[in-house]
Amino acid sequence: MTSSRFIITVIGSDRVGIVARVTTVMASYNVNIVDISQTIMQGIFTMIMLAEAPKENFDLAAFQQAMGAEGKSLGVEIKVQHEDAFRFMHRI
Amino acid sequence: MLINPKEILETIQMVRMEHLDIRTVTMGISLRDCSHPDIEVFNENIYEKITSRAKELVRTTNEIQSLYGIPIINRRISVTPIAIVAESCKSPDFVSVAKTMDEAAKAAGVDFIGGFSALVHKGETRGDLKLINSIPEALASTEKVCSSVNVATTKAGINMDAVGLMGNIIKKTAELTADRDGIGCAKLVVFANAPEDNPFMAGAFHGIGEPECVINVGVSGPGVVNAAVRELENPNLTEISETIKKTAFKITRMGEMVGREVSRRLGVEFGILDLSLAPTPEIGDSVAAILEAMGLERCGTHGTTAALALLNDAVKKGGAMASSSVGGLSGAFIPVSEDAGMIEAVRAGALSLEKLEAMTCVCSVGLDMIAVPGDTPATTLSAIIADEMAIGVINKKTTAVRLIPAPGKRVGDSVEFGGLLGSAPIMAVSNFSSETFVKRGGRIPAPIQSLTN
Repeated sequence: MTSSRFIITVIGSDRVGIVARVTTVMASYNVNIVDISQTIMQGIFTMIMLAEAPKENFDLAAFQQAMGAEGKSLGVEIKVQHEDAFRFMHRI
Repeated sequence: MLINPKEILETIQMVRMEHLDIRTVTMGISLRDCSHPDIEVFNENIYEKITSRAKELVRTTNEIQSLYGIPIINRRISVTPIAIVAESCKSPDFVSVAKTMDEAAKAAGVDFIGGFSALVHKGETRGDLKLINSIPEALASTEKVCSSVNVATTKAGINMDAVGLMGNIIKKTAELTADRDGIGCAKLVVFANAPEDNPFMAGAFHGIGEPECVINVGVSGPGVVNAAVRELENPNLTEISETIKKTAFKITRMGEMVGREVSRRLGVEFGILDLSLAPTPEIGDSVAAILEAMGLERCGTHGTTAALALLNDAVKKGGAMASSSVGGLSGAFIPVSEDAGMIEAVRAGALSLEKLEAMTCVCSVGLDMIAVPGDTPATTLSAIIADEMAIGVINKKTTAVRLIPAPGKRVGDSVEFGGLLGSAPIMAVSNFSSETFVKRGGRIPAPIQSLTN
C-alpha cells in the first residue's frame, strides 16, 4: 500500500442527486475527490471517482460502511477500494 | 482519470460476476521446536505456537479484503509434517495431536489446518507409521485438520508398501465417516512430488526447507478465464492461449499484491504465490467450462487433454510473468465434485476416470475429489494411486489422489459434501483385480530421469 487514495465506484440506475448525496458522505469523512468520471455502460449508470483520504485518523471500515449504506438508500452499489487493486492488476 | 475507467470496471466485473477471489491465505508455521517425548507437552507446545503465530491472521486478512475489495475465501494454516515433529513422542498414536491442531485452528479462526502428514517416498520410520495409522480416526474426530502422505518422488521412485497401506487407510477413513458419505477422505491426499509450499488444501504442509513462518497465497479465477475466452469471436487456439495468458497475468498480480500486503502487516516473510485455477461449484467458475469454451461439446471428449494442456501452460506463462514468487502447484485443478462442469460431464457420460487420469498428465495435481463405489477394494484404490504416482514420477511433476470410496454408494448414486467441496456422482472403477500387483510391495525404483547429477 503506497498511498491513501481510493477508487470509489457507483453502479446502478441513474437518478437525481446521486453525486450530491455520495459526495456529502465523502465530505463528512474528509475524503477529497481527485478525479471523477461518469458514463453509461450497457444502460447502467457508472460513476468512478479517484479520492484521497486523510492520511491520519481515517477509519476506512466506517467510511466503507457509510458509503455502502448511502448506496443502499439510493438503490445503487457503491464500492470503496484502494487504488492499488487496480494499479497492480493493469500496470507493471 | 489516472487509471483507465475501463480497467477499473474490468476488475470490478471480475470480482462481481466472474468469481475472482483470493482462494486462500495460508500461513506456514514450523513446529520443529515443539518436539517433546511427552505427547501432552508436545500438544501444549504446538497449540501455543500455532495460536500465537496465527493470532492476527484472520483480522489482518479481513482488513486487506475490505481495503482492496477482493474477497479472501479461506484462511488456513500449514505446519511441519506431524510425523517428523511428533516422532519422539512416546505414544501409541497421534490422534491427540490432530485434535490439538483442530482446537488451535478453531482458536485462530481459520478454515483449515494442514500438515497431519508424513513423507514416506523412500520408506517409513516408526513415527511415519504411527501417523499414517492414526489418519482415519484423526480425520473422523476433527473438522479442520487435513492430512497428506507423500509416497513417491522422481528421485526416490514409488514406495509401493506405502501405496498399499494408503488404500486401506482411505477405506478406513471413509468407513469412520460413513454417516457423512465418507467426507474424511476429502481431507486426505496421497502425493507424488509433493510441493513444500503449497497453500491449497487438503495437501498443504510446511516443508522442511521452509522458514520459521511464511505467508503463501493461493489465487483462483476459472470464472474470469472462462469469461475472457467466451468473449473472443471465433478465435483460433493461439489467440485463446494468448487471452488466457493475459488473464492469468492479471489474476496473479492481484494475488501478489494481497500476499505482500498481508505479509508486510503481519511481519511474516512472503513465501509463494500459487496461481491455480481452482473451480468452485458456482456456475461458470469451472475449469470444464473453459475447456468447453474452447470448442469441446463436453469436457472429457477427445481433445480434452490437448485443451487442458493449452490451458495449464498458458496459466503458468501468465503467472510467471506477473510474479517472481510463483510456486506451489500453479496450474489448473480438476476436482470433480468442486466443478459444476465436471459433474455435468460425468453425469452425461462424457467424462470417465480413465480420461481424468490422462488429463492429470498435463495439468497440476491429479485425481481429485472423485467419488467411487463404497465396495471398491482397497487394493483397487492402491492401484489407482500407483498409476497416478507413476505419472508424477515419470513426468517430474506433482500428482495427487483424493478418492472417496463412498460407503454404501454405487455408480449412479451421488454424494453431497456441501460448501466448496460440492457434490459428486459416483464414478465407475475397473472390475478387474489389481490385488496381486499391489500386494507384491517393495519399491518401484526411481526412473532414469532422476539420474541428473
